[in-house]
Amino acid sequence: MFKFIAGRLVQSIFVMLFVGAIAFTLFQFVGDPVEQMVGQDTTQAERDELRERLGLNDPLIVQFARFAGNMATGDFGFSYQHKRPVSQLIAERLPATMELAGLSIILALMVGIPLGVYTGLHRYGVASKVIMTLSLIGVSLPTFLIGILFIYLFSVILGWLPSFGRGEVVNLGGWTTGFLTLSGWKAIILPAITLALFQMTLVMRLVRAEMLEVMRTDYIKFARARGISNRAVQFRHALKNTLVPVITIIGLQLGTVIAFAIITETVFQWPGMGRLFLQGIRAVDIPIMSAYLVMIAFFFVIINLIVDILYYVVDPRLRVDRAGGAN
Amino acid sequence: MRRRIITTAAMALALTMGASLQAAEAKELRWAFSSDTASLDPMGHNVTFTFSVLGNVYEGLVQRDADLKIQPALAEKWEIVEPNRWRFYLRKGVKFHNGNAFNADDVIFSYQRINNPDSNLRDRVAGVKEVVKVDDYTVDFITDQPNPILISQWESFFMMDKEWAEANGATVPTNLTKGIESFAGQNANGTGPFKITERTIDVRTVFEPNKEWWDKPTHNLTKVTMTPIQQAATRVAALLSGEIDMMFPAPLQDIDRINNNSGTRVISGPELRTIFLGFDQFREKALGTNTEKNPFKDVRVRKAIYQAIDIELIKSRIMRNLADPSSIMISPKLFPLADQIKRYPYDPEASKKLLAEAGYPNGFETRLDCTNDRYVNDAQICQAITAMLARVGIKLNMRAYPNAQYFADIARPKQDFALYLLGWTPSSFDSQNVLYNLMSSWDPAAARGGRVNYGDGTDPRIDEITNLVVTETDEAKRNQLILEAFKISHDKVFYVPLHQQAVVWAARDNVDLKQRADDQFHFRHVTIK
Repeated sequence: MFKFIAGRLVQSIFVMLFVGAIAFTLFQFVGDPVEQMVGQDTTQAERDELRERLGLNDPLIVQFARFAGNMATGDFGFSYQHKRPVSQLIAERLPATMELAGLSIILALMVGIPLGVYTGLHRYGVASKVIMTLSLIGVSLPTFLIGILFIYLFSVILGWLPSFGRGEVVNLGGWTTGFLTLSGWKAIILPAITLALFQMTLVMRLVRAEMLEVMRTDYIKFARARGISNRAVQFRHALKNTLVPVITIIGLQLGTVIAFAIITETVFQWPGMGRLFLQGIRAVDIPIMSAYLVMIAFFFVIINLIVDILYYVVDPRLRVDRAGGAN
Repeated sequence: MRRRIITTAAMALALTMGASLQAAEAKELRWAFSSDTASLDPMGHNVTFTFSVLGNVYEGLVQRDADLKIQPALAEKWEIVEPNRWRFYLRKGVKFHNGNAFNADDVIFSYQRINNPDSNLRDRVAGVKEVVKVDDYTVDFITDQPNPILISQWESFFMMDKEWAEANGATVPTNLTKGIESFAGQNANGTGPFKITERTIDVRTVFEPNKEWWDKPTHNLTKVTMTPIQQAATRVAALLSGEIDMMFPAPLQDIDRINNNSGTRVISGPELRTIFLGFDQFREKALGTNTEKNPFKDVRVRKAIYQAIDIELIKSRIMRNLADPSSIMISPKLFPLADQIKRYPYDPEASKKLLAEAGYPNGFETRLDCTNDRYVNDAQICQAITAMLARVGIKLNMRAYPNAQYFADIARPKQDFALYLLGWTPSSFDSQNVLYNLMSSWDPAAARGGRVNYGDGTDPRIDEITNLVVTETDEAKRNQLILEAFKISHDKVFYVPLHQQAVVWAARDNVDLKQRADDQFHFRHVTIK
């Protein structure tokens, strides 16, 4: 077990270095930050001076060494556009993104799993067919379109929910939460559903496929033969066995939801990290872009590591196989 | 079931109560722009929107009214006592938001701060040698040469409180490389009609009227809330649903929707920025062009391109009539003799003839570079020009890309273009800025002159006039000189001026406001009915 985790950790470090290198190279092509920072009338001498002070004239390898060293120590530098430490900017926006991503994943599971079980069990039912068709829409409609449709329906036409922002937030020791106010809850509904829709359909289809598979296995037949109630068979025996792949997928999807909340955050003006990143791109704010990329890579690496360990813990066969493999 | 009904009823009640509550205290202005102000530091960012926001909080020695005329602000009056010496008589009894009195020391401090190497606004005081305190309420600015337009850019030269800045370690603007963050970037202490009472970056900034303001307020606001909303569609939705009272910029395609919706309207007017085409006039062989010589060195080719562009069609089809075709490289609002120059008429036949005379009877192939995220419908304008020039035989390979890369490519020293589209607003609101930056010749050794004259089309007389108008104080004579320079540029077709795009705002009908042509929104002009 220890060896397994240690191996994973070494791999993770390589992944991080690799992402760092890619991020760094990418930024050589995104444009000139100096042009974005100065005004139109700024003289050439002042531009050159700023370029020198930002270290943009140093050799690439020196710039990369400085970049990697700073990243490793958690020093993401100063945002060119906001003129504030990037780590501080990210810390301010992290709660908004985490709450949105967390609620979306919970929504996806709470709706996706029951629907998956239902459609798996009642494969030929009319309701199942309707749900499956609707889920196709969920998978294929782009997020920004769903978001804008929601805004027009629920904000402009019906006037029920706000079209933008996070509502009132309460600050709990540096973590701002919208879960303690009514306006906060109202504000999170539309973006959370928008963001959850894709994951919801994914979970549903996954659970359904697994259910179909599991229901055909011998142990379900034996369980039935033992006279165990239908309900117990379906939920205790079958569902439990479908969950191993679901855990893996959800783990990876959590990373995706955090990383790709960008579009949802932009449509709903949700003050999270994704918007920070997008603004960073527009303004060629290299410190923000690189910090975001490296941080998201870090999330993925950590989540993957946890999923690997969970997998190892949840599925006893894996442990047996490994032991057996040593022969 | 019953409980659910009760909850729903309670929620509905709460919603309606909330709505009526808002109607009762209707003096709050809630508005949105597409981004947040980058900082509250008045000397950290050379960005119009930052000046627009801070102009409600800070004030300069002079200010501009809604028609952009220079008015006294913290200086009651001023005079040029010697050609190189401007004397400002400060307003007495002015207090900063923290209660400190405003006096000559604050002016000298603000000058030193804006002239700091880390300030992005040093050009505001370029040519100022020294600032001398005469007495507590009189200050002299001494320049290295006579400068009739010294104060033209001073609306954004904001006065800061010396004691406040020193007490909070904010005497220098934020230094990026040394990692010093200025206290003034997060906090504001001006003399203006509004003070900032609450700010969460990228979420909300709340302003309240300054009851101690020296001038008589013309607004009736009790509170102003600014929210950034980046997505145009969401911004429109928030206005239509009544969550905000005012927003800008309004997207052109939603204008009808906003006007047809009851309770909202669009407010538009010409902006100061001039959109134009430039040519490579310095390379022996133009980039991406299939001709032996550089065709753009020939004035006939430049004029042929000018006359092949149907500017009225661009105005009606692409700009939805929200543009004013321009004959010169500055907004007519900023130059009184603008109507003495007329555009060359749209005439494809004349254009073909000019091309034939220049030795290109069958036209040629070249490239056109554009932004796709900087000006109103910039990429569409370039597409239209591509189609129009094709009719006279010039095949354009058009490339439209984000301004972050674009500006780095077309600017010096790369100047990677054959034809390019650009926009320019003279930040001093004066023609000299246009002559200097866009038309005079660039001196790389001294890093002076037409840095933005990327095409390097130059004329010695324009250079001469550019220097003359810096020191010419007789306005009529000065305008004649400027007209002469603009005429040379027009005759030699150094540029093809296209139009001034429109400033497009949207607001609820009960919000009365004044729109400034430089896209600044000042709450002092707002009344809510």
